Amino acid sequence: MKKIRLISALLIGSVMVLSCATGSMAAGKMIQIKGSDTMVNLMSNLAEAYMQAHKDIHIAVTGGGSGTGIAALLNGTTDICASSRALKKEEETQAATKKLTPVSTIIGLDGIAVMVNKSNPLSELTLEQLKNIYTGVYTRWSDVGGPDQPILALSRESNSGTYVYFQEHVLEKKDYSPKVRLMTSTAAITKSVTDDLWSIGYGGVAYAEHANVKTIHVKKNMDAPAIAPTEAAVHDGSYPISRPLFLFTNGEPTGEVKAFMDFCHSPDGQKIVTETGYITVTP
Amino acid sequence: MEEDGCLNSFLTPVCYYIMMREPWKEKTIRLLLLGAAMTAIVIVALIFVFLGKESLPIVHDSNASSLLGTRWNPVSFERPVYGMIPLIVGSVLVTLLATLVAVPFGVIGAVYIAEVAKPAEREFFKPFIELLAGIPSVVIGFFGLVVLSPIVKSLFHLQSGQSAFTGALLLALMSIPTIITISEDAIRSVPASYKEASLSLGASPLQTLWRVTVPAALSGIIAAVMLGIGRVIGETMAVMMVTGNAAIITASPFESVRTMTATIAAEMGEVAYGSPHYRALFCVGIVLLLATFALNTIALRVMKKYRMGT
Repeated sequence: MKKIRLISALLIGSVMVLSCATGSMAAGKMIQIKGSDTMVNLMSNLAEAYMQAHKDIHIAVTGGGSGTGIAALLNGTTDICASSRALKKEEETQAATKKLTPVSTIIGLDGIAVMVNKSNPLSELTLEQLKNIYTGVYTRWSDVGGPDQPILALSRESNSGTYVYFQEHVLEKKDYSPKVRLMTSTAAITKSVTDDLWSIGYGGVAYAEHANVKTIHVKKNMDAPAIAPTEAAVHDGSYPISRPLFLFTNGEPTGEVKAFMDFCHSPDGQKIVTETGYITVTP
Repeated sequence: MEEDGCLNSFLTPVCYYIMMREPWKEKTIRLLLLGAAMTAIVIVALIFVFLGKESLPIVHDSNASSLLGTRWNPVSFERPVYGMIPLIVGSVLVTLLATLVAVPFGVIGAVYIAEVAKPAEREFFKPFIELLAGIPSVVIGFFGLVVLSPIVKSLFHLQSGQSAFTGALLLALMSIPTIITISEDAIRSVPASYKEASLSLGASPLQTLWRVTVPAALSGIIAAVMLGIGRVIGETMAVMMVTGNAAIITASPFESVRTMTATIAAEMGEVAYGSPHYRALFCVGIVLLLATFALNTIALRVMKKYRMGT
């Protein structure tokens, strides 16, 4: 009994000492990054590399979604917000009422691959056809030159930045058909596409590469060439569905935050962007 | 021994304090205890107040009328609509199917464990049932996504295994422990004299079981089913993982559905604070809370009646 008490006292003591230690370290040079779940891996890789080179800097990366990150930025609880979408109108007005000016910079591009089952004979679609599939105009694969089978369209949940991006740029701001199934994660989409013969889904290029699915080549219109979402094609913009990955700060970044953001744009930083499965912005 | 000493050394000053001081101190302690007991009531009341406060301002929004509509489409560049009907239909469909599956298994299981099983068998079954009740819903959901969904798909030749039926099977699995445990209590508390009378009149054990014991315990069994349904309707994670979450109005068990719980869980994380969408999600929360509240009230009423001896 006494032994247990002694041990627990020691434990509590050491935890307190440790937390004080990290606390004082944080008080020195601590950078908070919050936001997009898509970008969590990328940001932690960048932060780790940066902390290796700058031992005195501590960077904390948290996910939660682009919306959560932007809310945190506007509430002043984070230094940098990682976001896979631009600000919404409501968020801009919120920033204005708080007299804040969020400044954005793009650190990479995320190509969005359209996936179908490996047994699907189709290999290319136009943007127009994709739009009609997701808005519910086309319901059978024969509508787009495939076999006479029903289309099972899969999308991310409406809280996802990818959902909004796809709606804005592929659906041209039209509404998704209510029959579109909403999946909680890109992993769930690739799982369904692998299992369900006549389904179609979308997700980050990095996910599609690792999954056992067929990536559709996308044409801007009927006469344009069909482009696969390769690194080069996303980088030069010939692949039409890719979105920018933003970092937001309140006002122009300064001091340590600016140093870290410069690192993200440096060749070393951009190399990490490529390694994490995204596409670089700078040549 | 030492633990006892430890406990005493902790309690003695408290007892001393109560006994030796003025009675108002005793009253204070009584009030403190009452406060602790009241916490649950206060919290439930606060939740109702909070939900109301967060959801009601939606009446100022021009889209408020859409709450009773048939389309749930909260993220739209054209016009967001917050029709709760598809979500309510989705929850009701999944819950009904789950009840249809869970009640026969739960009730027959309870009858067996309470009346037929030998004591050794009972000792063997009970821990497993309790274990089933303790499995985290996300684990059950994962099992549903990876194992059950492909089975349902190939069994019924579906386009996709993600359907209301798959969700209902998982929910049935989760509600069966509740139904068994409470039904078993009800069946076991049927007075022995009922059974003895039936047997002495020449009824076989099976006849006694189905015509005397189970009817006598029926209100307890109904209460058990109600509490099971209460668990089903509030369940989120497992359902969200296997139902496909398309907000369509359907009566077919093999279509995708979107339940109220899944909608709140999926959308609350990203919604702009104070927006109409945020308010609409709280409205869904109110509908859900009222449904579980009603179910629990019915269950309690039925149970009370049963305890009084029907």
